[in-house]
Amino acid sequence: MPRVAVVGVGISKFGRRKGVSLRELTFEAFKEALEDAQIKKDEIQSVITGCASDEFAMANQPGAQIQEYLGLNPKPHFRVEAACASGSMAVRAGWMTIQSGLADIVLVNGAEKMTEVSTPKATEIMGKFGDSTWEYPFGISFPGYYAMLASNYLATYKESGKTDLAKIAVKNHYYGTLNPKAHMQKIVTEEQALSGFIVAYPLRLHDCSLISDGAASIVMVSEKVAKRFDKPIWITGLGAGSETHAIGRRKSLTSLESACVAADQAYKMAGITPKDVDVAVVHDCFTIAELIAYEDLGFCKRGEAPILIRNKDTYLDGLIPVNVDGGLKAKGHPIGATGVAMTAEIVKQLRGECGERQVKGAKIGLSHNVGGSGQFTAVHIYEA
Amino acid sequence: MAKKEVDDRFKKFGTVSFTAITKTNDFISYLEKGKVMGTKCKECGAIYFPPRSDCSKCFNSNMEWFEVTGTGRLLSFSELKYGPVGFEDDLPYTIALLDYDDYKVFGRISKDISYEDLDVGMELKTEFNTLPNGQLSYVFKSP
Repeated sequence: MPRVAVVGVGISKFGRRKGVSLRELTFEAFKEALEDAQIKKDEIQSVITGCASDEFAMANQPGAQIQEYLGLNPKPHFRVEAACASGSMAVRAGWMTIQSGLADIVLVNGAEKMTEVSTPKATEIMGKFGDSTWEYPFGISFPGYYAMLASNYLATYKESGKTDLAKIAVKNHYYGTLNPKAHMQKIVTEEQALSGFIVAYPLRLHDCSLISDGAASIVMVSEKVAKRFDKPIWITGLGAGSETHAIGRRKSLTSLESACVAADQAYKMAGITPKDVDVAVVHDCFTIAELIAYEDLGFCKRGEAPILIRNKDTYLDGLIPVNVDGGLKAKGHPIGATGVAMTAEIVKQLRGECGERQVKGAKIGLSHNVGGSGQFTAVHIYEA
Repeated sequence: MAKKEVDDRFKKFGTVSFTAITKTNDFISYLEKGKVMGTKCKECGAIYFPPRSDCSKCFNSNMEWFEVTGTGRLLSFSELKYGPVGFEDDLPYTIALLDYDDYKVFGRISKDISYEDLDVGMELKTEFNTLPNGQLSYVFKSP
């Protein structure tokens, strides 16, 4: 099978982007991606946009706003929605569009503007990503879902503790300071992380990712077109899985089955094992999610994720650097943009363009993007 | 002629409900009688909580109701300090998941139990309750 390459990436500044609309955010990312790929806008043959919520956009068809604003009509365009994994599923759809032969040059956008609404309204919108019939009437929030995973994880693995969650926040905040596009540029100490106010017990302020605005765009091309580009980064493995909507129907609360099956497919397709991964970005919407990701991706055995973070094995010089762009925790989590921004980060890592946060000699990268509390997971593997 | 009545019983469920109509609307009528019910497939025996009107194992829609009785083991819990719009008066509250072996029940812990007194693995029972705003729900209590 011929391969698909990413040849251009762009990311808007993530943050509370007051005074900038959804379409304008995407324009920032799109322009950077075009310049990075050194192609003209008219060369794009097909477009896919990941955007998670009409309620955050306060409009239907947010994708259509974006397509028009980028000046891409009448090229084919559709939107992908898979909650917080909308971005990675859009990348997956981009890969499929190229492999099907429908197009050779595809633009994939991810965008979300989350700060227009109040925090209780944002809590409502995020809460309704859960089961709106059977769980939402009890007032569940998005932190509530991950807090349930955290309570169960901490009870299941007696050696693990809240300090392990805090250590994830410390790492990702530190790396956020090395990423100029990150929402938060502030170091957090373990003491601060352990004394922040409780959002959803046992999760505290610094265990939670940020409500952010942001957009990311990438240009994907077929193998035959890739020859004209200097530094194509190849997508060599894709995996995806799903999980029950209701948390009460899960087989486990210490693992996401969707992530396990996605990882398994992606490793097999790429012909690699977890040990071969040089750099990874994982879905740390909450600190517990990063610990669980280490295990679901096979970076360590079940219950051993705390050891990985205690040993700093996921730091820049560690065995497997994870989220050295600050992760969702510090970089911010504009939900539809997240997955596309993950791909953009890994592409830059494999090109050796990440400056202070560069993993030296990285050849194989991985992205892990989770939608909802696991309902959709995509794992992609990339090679230089 | 009288307008045809819409069976929107489900809007009575929980503090804020975004669902008005389901084929499992009888769940609400059972709640009104103090019973928390799930469904069981008459064809293959699959057990569902929350109740379903269609079996995803054998694709039959021949279901019967069963009552959630006895105790379940506390699988997980979280005390929420922040809630969505409409839940302000309830805060803080503790959400939880009970494991009844054949099924699990998601809901809230009774206000008279502090989250600090909860331990994963402890036994709790599920009981019908009426919320301060008149809505119907169920809650987890000490057996």
